[in-house]
Amino acid sequence: MLDFIDALTTHRFLQHALVAGLLASVGCGVIGTYVVVKRLGYLAGGIAHAVLAGLGVARFYDKPPILGAVMAAMIAALLIGWISLRAKQHEDTLISSVWALGMAIGVLFIARTPGYNTDLMAYLFGNILFVSGQQLLLMACLDLLILVAVVLFYKQFLAVAFDEEFARARGIHTEFFYMLLLCLVALTVVLLIQVVGLILVIALLSLPPTIAAAYAHSVKGIMFLASLLSAAFTTGGIMLSYQPDLPAGATIVVLAGGCFLVSTALLRMRRGGYRGTA
Amino acid sequence: MNEVQITFEQVSFSYGGPPVLERVNLEIRSGEFLGVVGPNAGGKTTLLKLMLGLLKPSSGKITVLGKTAAKGRQLIGYCPQHVTFARDFPLCVEEAVMLGRLGKTQPLGGYRKEDRGIVEQALAATELLPVRKQRLETLSGGQLQRVLVGRALASQPEILVLDEPTANIDLRMEEDIFDLLKKLNRRLTIVVVSHDIGFISGYVTRVACLNRTLFCHYPSELTSDAIERLYRRHVSLIEHLH
Repeated sequence: MLDFIDALTTHRFLQHALVAGLLASVGCGVIGTYVVVKRLGYLAGGIAHAVLAGLGVARFYDKPPILGAVMAAMIAALLIGWISLRAKQHEDTLISSVWALGMAIGVLFIARTPGYNTDLMAYLFGNILFVSGQQLLLMACLDLLILVAVVLFYKQFLAVAFDEEFARARGIHTEFFYMLLLCLVALTVVLLIQVVGLILVIALLSLPPTIAAAYAHSVKGIMFLASLLSAAFTTGGIMLSYQPDLPAGATIVVLAGGCFLVSTALLRMRRGGYRGTA
Repeated sequence: MNEVQITFEQVSFSYGGPPVLERVNLEIRSGEFLGVVGPNAGGKTTLLKLMLGLLKPSSGKITVLGKTAAKGRQLIGYCPQHVTFARDFPLCVEEAVMLGRLGKTQPLGGYRKEDRGIVEQALAATELLPVRKQRLETLSGGQLQRVLVGRALASQPEILVLDEPTANIDLRMEEDIFDLLKKLNRRLTIVVVSHDIGFISGYVTRVACLNRTLFCHYPSELTSDAIERLYRRHVSLIEHLH
């Protein structure tokens, strides 16, 4: 612990990693809450995996990976959103196709790129210890974009998430706000890929809000608590992984998953206790 | 005679297969309490969705307060069947009723002070003030139904449209809800879909029997002949006095 604090004061990359974790937590708590209450987990998984296409293409053309990630995430979100609005009955099959197709395109471009392919692991499982100052700035911008959109359209997002048909009857453009919400999910996925990689994104997007939902009683409360939890998981994960030199992204996810299990067990016990005294 | 608020002229509709509604003509006047009854899949919910502009007729014309359905629906308070949302959604009574202000309040940011006053009235009218801070999942079926009515009232409608408001609640609660609707009927036109023809006949001023085609009756004219034509089988009418 003291070693970690010592290292934190001397190593720039650790400071960057911590800030990256905190920045990702904002998007994770706010948008993750919508993912959980509107049950968009599978869609978010599809978007996250399809991002590999963008990362591969960006790598092949020697462009910044985050640029490719943002573009691929947006295209995947719009495609998946359009599919789920138009083809209700085959939604899962079609999302799976976008999911796998995105990954396949990414693998092809990465295979055709000369040089070593060590980056692939970083895309899949995160490279939080290599986040640059410039990337932090971009992450902050994405956060700002997400927060502005959610503050401006809080009512509409709530209505669309809660009761789409009623929202439509009140004259809300539900399809527009559904698509906008998916675009925000896409931006959040990009934020989180920096931290835990695209395979583990879905864990950070769903675990903190799910834990929070058991304790907070409003959508705003869940957003706030989920952001705090996510900040604790990323910070805790980085600290735990530092000394034994473990992969930070995987440690963060295991920590979040462990807390979810403990929280669920505690709630069960408490409820069981009530039943016992009754 | 009171003014006509909603008209259906020769309206037909299908979801792509056989027609769900065929040449429906209907005029609803202000102050009416119209009960729409009929068998399952007889087109009751479809009729409401057309009224709200959520569906477009295959042929025929619908007007709501002199406008198209999509424009006129701003003046309709809509209570869907409460299966359209998840019971465990993290929302309290007050927040749910507040959503009725959508379309009336400012589009960006939070609600205005004026909205809170209107919601206060809607909560009072539906007797929800004591449970205003409670989560939806803690409510009884009757309370939840009153939340939906409250949410519809918060949009300050001229017409209240309810889809099976008593489908999931017990008989005593059913009476509570209809007593509330009767009270609201003093200032609002009410259209209510129900499968329970016997029960609603004590409350409504007119009954529309819908099974692909539509016939209207006044409650006193409801004979077993009319009901048999609707359900296409023998139905026994049990006389019941309130």
